[in-house]
Amino acid sequence: MSDVLLALRDLRTSFRIQGKYYAAVDGINLDVYENEVLALVGESGSGKSATALTITKLHNENYTRMEGEVLFDDKELLGLTENQLNKVRGRRIGMIFQDPLSALNPLIRIGAQIEESLTFHTDLDASGRKARALELLEAVGMVNPALTYRQLPHQLSGGMRQRVVIAIAIACKPSLLIADEPTTALDVTIQAQILDLLRDLQKETKASIILITHDLGVVAEMADRVAVMYAGQIVELAPAMELFTNPQHPYTRSLLASIPSADKQDDHLHVIQGVVPPLQHLPREGCRFSLRTPWVPENIHELEPTYHEISPGHLVLCTCYKKFTFDGEEAV
Amino acid sequence: MALLEVKNLKVHFPIKGGVFGRTVGYVKAVDDVSFVIEEGQTVGLVGESGSGKSTTGKAILGLERLTAGTIHFNGENITRYIGKNRSSYRKSVQMIFQDVFSSLNPRKRVRDIIAEPIRNFENLTKGEEEKRIHELLRIVGMTPEAEWKYPFEFSGGQRQRIGVARAIALKPKLIVADEPVSALDLSVQAQVLNYLKDIQQELKLAYLFVSHDLGVVKHMCETLAIMHNARFVEFGSREDIYKDPQHIYTRRLIAAIPNTDPRMREENANNRALLTSAYEQEYSKYYGEGGRVYDLKPVSDSHFVAMP
Repeated sequence: MSDVLLALRDLRTSFRIQGKYYAAVDGINLDVYENEVLALVGESGSGKSATALTITKLHNENYTRMEGEVLFDDKELLGLTENQLNKVRGRRIGMIFQDPLSALNPLIRIGAQIEESLTFHTDLDASGRKARALELLEAVGMVNPALTYRQLPHQLSGGMRQRVVIAIAIACKPSLLIADEPTTALDVTIQAQILDLLRDLQKETKASIILITHDLGVVAEMADRVAVMYAGQIVELAPAMELFTNPQHPYTRSLLASIPSADKQDDHLHVIQGVVPPLQHLPREGCRFSLRTPWVPENIHELEPTYHEISPGHLVLCTCYKKFTFDGEEAV
Repeated sequence: MALLEVKNLKVHFPIKGGVFGRTVGYVKAVDDVSFVIEEGQTVGLVGESGSGKSTTGKAILGLERLTAGTIHFNGENITRYIGKNRSSYRKSVQMIFQDVFSSLNPRKRVRDIIAEPIRNFENLTKGEEEKRIHELLRIVGMTPEAEWKYPFEFSGGQRQRIGVARAIALKPKLIVADEPVSALDLSVQAQVLNYLKDIQQELKLAYLFVSHDLGVVKHMCETLAIMHNARFVEFGSREDIYKDPQHIYTRRLIAAIPNTDPRMREENANNRALLTSAYEQEYSKYYGEGGRVYDLKPVSDSHFVAMP
């Protein structure tokens, strides 16, 4: 196994709601290795984006409390000042956001937007920056880089804009890319193109990618390892192949069962009862998913869930995976 | 007799330009599209953004003005009445919208939202109306107490179910569902899709299911129309389209669906690359002048493909 690039240690991110702090990310321990694609999966409200924003400390500290450690290349990030962080953001860690329209400044030409981070992080002169910007536009698959360089965001389609956002993210050759739902706003054919592009870039630059998505199809296409999140915790962590062929945690199994697919077209899809509880009402003790599987007996859950390693690199939270059955299914 | 028969539907939007705002050209959003929906059938309308699929759905409801074409409902030509308020056609055809946050009035209680179409068309007493609202809430799996709440008190999936309850309030024959689940989480999406299927059986509904998600469409629809550049490129049964796609665009669209088997990863990527280059090379074979899609030609009884 290669070296650890990023280590999250007991990460806890709490938001202030009516004067009290509630943890949206609740004690996450996770290693991201060099040259790998790690997917963070979960429903909305599971804390996957909150985790990503904590890594670069992009939450507003006026109403967010970030605790724990983010070790990036053995350096702790959460304790850094804003100035020190700005040397890491953009240069060592690149970010790709979901909505390419709001991630770009509508009044600034594409070329200048790409050069912004080059001005900030490198010693290149003006012509060097322009050359690098054109090179990046070509790398992300623009047909006519010189034209795109002069254009404004509104002149580009959604897929093209997302390519520009990717170009900006990889401008300074970061060793970690955080992609927060990079294809959710795009059409399927464009999504496929962007995913192929990300995969090629990853192979070329050997950067690690943290891919945040709710789409299990995208995960299966991209990820080396997958962390499934539920209510601020990682409930299952496994290599992608293992997760899709041998899912263990009830939540992972429920998610997989609810995908519409060819084999079960006339049957009913599996439905996970209820919703992810809002932060204020989230039970902080016991197995957090048990609320949504009321038919399974209480005693199969652990009182204080711990991780169980069922095969090398495959971790499952709580013991309930051993005896879990879907509603109406006979226990084996 | 077909429930809905759409013939040569065209929706063109004028482009205004110059000092006097004259019409300088047209955007052809829907250009000569024909199809038939039978009673109780689900027809899927698939395409990328900008293909004209939503405009087609809206035109059927009279939410967009038709440039040309006719619409027959139960054998009757209703093209002239389509945008008229309180016509019986309006009662029989309803819509479910994509965005569950903007399609429900935030200042109305659930009971008023659901009762609005009933109040427009039927003269019910307070008690009868109450009974109907409870019945509708039961169908979409919500408790009667929900009628006193406001939309913000509900989650996305519950809101979409309120939207469904409103759409079925007048016992329509056809529902146009415009991306009904694309704003929802996977587990919630499953729930709404299940309800849509149950309601279909209970009320013998027909759906026109507009979506860009081929996985969802495959789950829901027996018949599919693939749309590109304002026209149909392929029309056929589920098996026709998924097992034997003929048009290069359909093949590309199907290849772009992410596969949930990580073992197929390499193969899929190669397949996609092949199709992309084929698409570029054989473009002129599948598309006419100016990227116009050819007219549909039958390849079997149920399967039609746009070919020169």
